[in-house]
Amino acid sequence: MATIAAPTQAGKPDAYSNTTGIWSWIATTDHKRIGTLYLWTALFFFLVGGLEAVIIRTQLMRPNMGFVSADTYNQLFTMHGTTMVFLAIMPLSAAFFNFLIPLQIGARDVAFPRLNAFSYWVYLLGGIFLTVPILFHVAPNGGWFGYAPLTSNQFSPGNNIDFWVIGLQVLGVSSLAAAFNFITTIINMRAPGMTLMRMPMFTWMSFVVQFLLILAFPPITVALVFLIMDRFFGTTFYAIAAGADPLLWQHLFWVFGHPEVYILILPAFGLVSEILPTFSKKPLFGYNVMVYSGIMIGFLGFGVWAHHMFAVGMGAVADTIFSMMTMLIAIPTGVKIFNWIATMWAGEIRFTVAMKFAIALIGMFTIGGISGVMHSSPPADLQQTDTYFIVAHFHYVLFGGSIMGILGGIYFYFPKMTGRFMDERLGNWHFWGTFVGMNLTFFPMHFSGLYGMPRRVYRYDAGQGWDLFNLMSTYGTYLIAVSTLFFVWNFVRSRTRGAVAGSDPWGAGTLEWSIPSPPPEYNFAQLPEVSSRYPLWDLKDPAKTAGIDHSHADAMTITDAHAVPVHEETERFTAKELGIPMPLPTAKPLFTAVGLMTMFSGLPFLRNDMFAVAMTLTIGGACMLIGGLYAWLTSPLE
Amino acid sequence: MASHAAAALHSASGADAGHQNGHEHHHYTTTGLDNRKIAIWAFLGSECMLFASLISTYLIYKGKSIVGPYPTTEWVNEAGKVFKPILDIPTTSASTAVLLMSSFAMVLALQAVQLKGKEIAATASWWERIQRSSQFWLAATAFLGATFLGFQAYEFTSFVHEGLTLKTNLFGSTFFTLTGFHGAHVTVGVLWLMSLLWIDRTRGLGPKDELVVDICALYWHFVDVVWIVIFTLVYLIS
Repeated sequence: MATIAAPTQAGKPDAYSNTTGIWSWIATTDHKRIGTLYLWTALFFFLVGGLEAVIIRTQLMRPNMGFVSADTYNQLFTMHGTTMVFLAIMPLSAAFFNFLIPLQIGARDVAFPRLNAFSYWVYLLGGIFLTVPILFHVAPNGGWFGYAPLTSNQFSPGNNIDFWVIGLQVLGVSSLAAAFNFITTIINMRAPGMTLMRMPMFTWMSFVVQFLLILAFPPITVALVFLIMDRFFGTTFYAIAAGADPLLWQHLFWVFGHPEVYILILPAFGLVSEILPTFSKKPLFGYNVMVYSGIMIGFLGFGVWAHHMFAVGMGAVADTIFSMMTMLIAIPTGVKIFNWIATMWAGEIRFTVAMKFAIALIGMFTIGGISGVMHSSPPADLQQTDTYFIVAHFHYVLFGGSIMGILGGIYFYFPKMTGRFMDERLGNWHFWGTFVGMNLTFFPMHFSGLYGMPRRVYRYDAGQGWDLFNLMSTYGTYLIAVSTLFFVWNFVRSRTRGAVAGSDPWGAGTLEWSIPSPPPEYNFAQLPEVSSRYPLWDLKDPAKTAGIDHSHADAMTITDAHAVPVHEETERFTAKELGIPMPLPTAKPLFTAVGLMTMFSGLPFLRNDMFAVAMTLTIGGACMLIGGLYAWLTSPLE
Repeated sequence: MASHAAAALHSASGADAGHQNGHEHHHYTTTGLDNRKIAIWAFLGSECMLFASLISTYLIYKGKSIVGPYPTTEWVNEAGKVFKPILDIPTTSASTAVLLMSSFAMVLALQAVQLKGKEIAATASWWERIQRSSQFWLAATAFLGATFLGFQAYEFTSFVHEGLTLKTNLFGSTFFTLTGFHGAHVTVGVLWLMSLLWIDRTRGLGPKDELVVDICALYWHFVDVVWIVIFTLVYLIS
């Protein structure tokens, strides 16, 4: 028993486990480390996508600028959209899924730790595959939505679209594998007493998102398979001359694409639903309705895809149905907005940086939501479609919504991830710069759009009333870029120099704050038993939740709450010392992911008549994939 | 002080909820089901959307091909050459029957694994005895699946000889992609079954491995059900 009294390891910079060094990251199966990998990688791609936006805005600063060529511009806007959606916002959400879900439900890891590592490596490799071509001026140039037949061989003969279609196919594998993992984790790994209706709201919204992922990704997988078949094997799925329907791609893409919008926003909704109660010192208002409205948004999200296609002429009946479904979605979304406001109402509000981002989400997302309701009406949409009005709309929901929520989440959870606070003063510079910058960038786009400026043009003539709005948008983008530098500096510096944070630095109520910061590799030395939605508040400050029926089964048994042990900072033991079996580190998921990527990367060589290279990569990759899978599945987990 | 807390934690971790149920820590699950069982259902839900998208595209493009050959009607090209209707329904009915029988064999394979180790009466008939052989039924399922794939290979090559390839028309593109995707799923299933057979031969599958076989069976039945939908929509309804 001597080992049990081992010296404490508090304050150790890398306290997720006892091992450090590059191999410990390559072979990790720890959900917290994988979450950290996701976070760093996604932030890197966020900066790449942001840099692309800065170049785009510089080109559009004044009429007829010649900063970049038309072809470069096409690559830039395609990669900006693709990067931000698939390589930045989705994986930033995935970073939080990984880090938080097991902590919030009282689990020691995700259901399939090695599959989790596989998802990350596939994401990283797919992201590199998709991004590197821009350095060689052969990046995808068909828009993030890749409309076929524009992206078929006839109109896009080069390798550019190959990288896009293959990259997205590979990234889809990553998202699907992760979604199966998190669905299983949330259904099956909850601690005793953690009923579905006691789960923290972030876990709930993530749960909805995983179902959207597994149901929405197959249609785009099929659309991409068709495009790969058309481009490399001569099929006729998108060949209009052979009788193909020019709308096939649009339908398959948007059946995915609209749920994708909710895949991007719901995790941010979940994050602010954790931040607002904490800094208002009040339980989330209308928890049940928040859950139902999240499910409703996910459900209705599958019935509105054709509102992206009003301009193609589907006929009055289809237009009417999709228009009404779209308007309906405003109801559950509006419910959420009002519940967040009611959560803050009469609360003891602390305006931390995280709280400011959360409040900004409420305001900015509402603006984007209202312009969304505007073009849910087909006659209005016909005026607005393919103009900068649409660009303004979706940036208010994706930047004003998703990014604001995620940034708030980073400030909020940084102490839990690293054991240190981010600097609030730098954070305030970051917040106000980003907030003012985004409004300066995107609000004028409503006007340039309504004055008729089309999307995706690389230059425009003076004298159309667009000049001032474009100049404002460009300066706004520069402001966002500068304030992001404050964030990067803050993020990097605070990891080692930030003020030390305890296990529960904000006075929050959910399980992840009951364990040390950063959490030990096993998360919970003892599996907690949960009897309410805010077990820590019941324990530390019962008055906060008294009288609020915050989980119906046990309004009477709040006093049982000390079943949740709150661990002292100084008590830090290894899993071995506590006798907790942990998943073994292994690089087999990485090996398998490399096999998958290699297999797909053979395809572009077919276009360049390098048949031998293509076959070598494809067969070699397939062998690696199958061999890796067998090695992985036949080796023990723990 | 610290060692006291550690001892408390240590004993507490030994008496957590998982242990009270007689399991190891990491085997505690909320529903009592194994994680893999839940994951396979989520996976199959996702697969439904995959095949729904493929089948929808086939149906949307049905009858839209500008040139033949066509699935169920004759086509004469500009040179006056006559192309018979492509689909060979009797042959494919036979391969469908083979695939359906494989599901039956799969059910018996799972049962044999569940009954492994149970005593069998000395007077048991040959059928009762063979029912106990998981290796026989796993091999039978894999063999029937491989036979289905053989039928498909024959079908594809004969279609190509009759003048229908991936590139010919919308029918060719959608038909080969849809049935090819299904064939790829059957191939994965056959490899899976052969892996189980290999495990059964090396270390033996018993009742404790029921779940491993059950998951494979769920996948196999799913692939079978998808084929029934494809067979009905592509071959039977013209």
